[in-house]
Amino acid sequence: MIRRTASIVAALTGAAFLLAAAPALAVQDAPNKKLKIVSSLPQTGSANAQTTSIVNGIKMAIDERTAMVDGFKIEFEAMDDASPQKGNWDGQIESANAKRAIADPAVVGYIGTYNSGAAKISMPLLNKAGLVMVSPGNTAAGLTKPGLGEPNEPAVYRPSGKVSYFRVVPADDIQGAVACEFCRNDLKAKKVFILHDRELYGKGIADVFKKTAEATGVEVVGFEGIDAKASNYRSLVTKIRAAAPDVVFFGGTTQTNGAQVLKDLRAGGAKIPFVSPDGTFEKAFIEAAGKDSVTKEQGGVYITFGGVPSEMLTGIGAKFVKSYQAKYGEIPEAYAVYGYEAGCVLLDAIDRAETKDRAAIIAAVAATKDFNGALGTWSFDENGDTSIRTMSINTIEDGAFKFVRTAGGAAKAK
Amino acid sequence: MQQSVAAAEFLAACALSRVDAVGAFARDGLLSSQEVFTQQLVTGLSNGMIIALIAIGYTMVYGIIELINFAHGDLCMLGAYFALTVVGALGVDQWAGTGGIMGLVMVLVGTAAFCGSLNWSINRLAYRPLRKASKLSLLVSAIGASFILVNLGLFWGGLPMDVFADGTSSAAPKAFPALVSAAPAAQIGDVIYSRTDLLVLCVTLPLMVALTYLVRFTKLGKAMRAVAQNPTGASLMGIDVERVIGASFFIGGSLGGFATVVYSLYNQTVSFQMGYRMGMDAFIAAVLGGIGNLPGAVLGGILIGVIRSMSDGYLEARWTNTVVFGILILILVFRPSGLLGAKLREKV
Repeated sequence: MIRRTASIVAALTGAAFLLAAAPALAVQDAPNKKLKIVSSLPQTGSANAQTTSIVNGIKMAIDERTAMVDGFKIEFEAMDDASPQKGNWDGQIESANAKRAIADPAVVGYIGTYNSGAAKISMPLLNKAGLVMVSPGNTAAGLTKPGLGEPNEPAVYRPSGKVSYFRVVPADDIQGAVACEFCRNDLKAKKVFILHDRELYGKGIADVFKKTAEATGVEVVGFEGIDAKASNYRSLVTKIRAAAPDVVFFGGTTQTNGAQVLKDLRAGGAKIPFVSPDGTFEKAFIEAAGKDSVTKEQGGVYITFGGVPSEMLTGIGAKFVKSYQAKYGEIPEAYAVYGYEAGCVLLDAIDRAETKDRAAIIAAVAATKDFNGALGTWSFDENGDTSIRTMSINTIEDGAFKFVRTAGGAAKAK
Repeated sequence: MQQSVAAAEFLAACALSRVDAVGAFARDGLLSSQEVFTQQLVTGLSNGMIIALIAIGYTMVYGIIELINFAHGDLCMLGAYFALTVVGALGVDQWAGTGGIMGLVMVLVGTAAFCGSLNWSINRLAYRPLRKASKLSLLVSAIGASFILVNLGLFWGGLPMDVFADGTSSAAPKAFPALVSAAPAAQIGDVIYSRTDLLVLCVTLPLMVALTYLVRFTKLGKAMRAVAQNPTGASLMGIDVERVIGASFFIGGSLGGFATVVYSLYNQTVSFQMGYRMGMDAFIAAVLGGIGNLPGAVLGGILIGVIRSMSDGYLEARWTNTVVFGILILILVFRPSGLLGAKLREKV
């Protein structure tokens, strides 16, 4: 009896070993042919819905190639660069993420960040280490374009002297100008009050907006940085009412209290249009603002976005949205397609690279030309920027974003 | 709490017409500089009264056991989540007319009871065992309690309820339904007195009066003052010191509960991080007024509110924190025990 039990146990143990060994054997077929891509996006906090859909987009790009590129197995890890203390991106964590990616020799691509302020931290680290960085969401102009940010930008992000940072989303020098042009032409604004969150992204786009306003004869009656952690902005609203602008422009994100500014504006009785950039182009903004403050009767909310919303995409983009819906059961957030595009362009470059080392992959990404992707056919320029310049204006109706029109498409050649 | 029921009549005006159109307030022109000043004062007073109510909780605890209860702001935050849950679960925002007023009073009283009991429990579990330990251990315990509360809030926001957006993003700020509309209750010239401004006044004033009565004229109040003055002496006189401390925690907590509901209705946003700012403002207010001194906390709260509002209005918003702390330092240099604070006893 005992012997029989023992033999059953032995047999079971043997079977278990075999089962455990099976996947290990499969991996051994391609011992060193393994490459890794990581993403670093704020997934703790209200940007989570947006960034999760970006991660889903990246995963779909990888899955489309069945996680194999040129005989190499592609692994993916999504890192979080936000902390619960901030509920927003955290510089310390972003820096740690970049260092971890650099330290892992298998990592050949870094997709991130969502916030321009976070990019400022990881860009020089990754550049020095020669690891390519593709951002699905950074729009601050100074990150890539000389003369539009601080005097030492963008050289300060390129300690190696080479361009290793690329972005698939058009920058704020276009977005800020488009927002201002929309205020002037469509909203017939003669006077604007500009607020910003004092972050790289928010202040950056507010600066562009201000410059454009001044150049096109729109009077700037106020320009102020807010305290993004304040409980309310009623006093500021009184100041805005006293200045009697036709439009309030807010340079900032949902995470830097954009919805609270809007709510206080309405509570304080300022029924004028509220215009904000793509940092508020997510469902979390509508949720935080509540259904009453976003209506047209209350003045209306208009949000600019670098590119067109998911439902307006055509060709490969439309196909992406369709398969995303089929897979995840919801319409993707606005930036999902940028996650997908960043993943596709990176995988395409890995495919083209002769050797699969970091330097060759940077060169391959930089050489991206007439890439036929979900956003259209486009190329990276010498700064690492996309050649796409299309923007869209969106509003909120019945608690959902609604496309108004495109803008800036055929803007001046650089 | 009786006061809050009495306040229902005032609240009637607020709640009855909460869904109605805001009404176009046609602006004849720019606000005059005097109107701007008045409006800023109204905003400052409303914010200040809320801060004051929270500051009382700080100052009561400090007055009695000399503990800066760092968990107090986060206790209020959790109170806001409780209120939002009650509103969401019962659909209070859909109740109209008298039901709406009763709903509002119920949320206020319920949250106050919740915060009071929670504060009492925190004292029982985290502070009472350390009564004989050094003050520093107690302080560390308070910071620990604060962390626990913040994380509870983070978890709570992820519950699958409509008001939490089905818990899709637990850390995201939540919109608090407008049980009291932000529409103007009165408009004089271009100065708007909103219903929420009125609500703040209707809730905070009676509570402050009630508290003053309780501390000055009741047996419990007398016992509280005795314990604050000399715990050993009080216990020799037959006062159950622990009971009195527990009661102070309950009262301080429930005032925080009232404050947090008013805060949520005023700002219409609830976030698990709001406790830090609420606690910080209230703590500064308590120190400014003289920590341990009840009228001082109220004075400090109102001052902080008005200073913030004036700084936002007449300077730039980004200077506001600098201005507030600058004034705090200045006052503490000349009056180290705060505006109304008594001279500190020599500690041996």
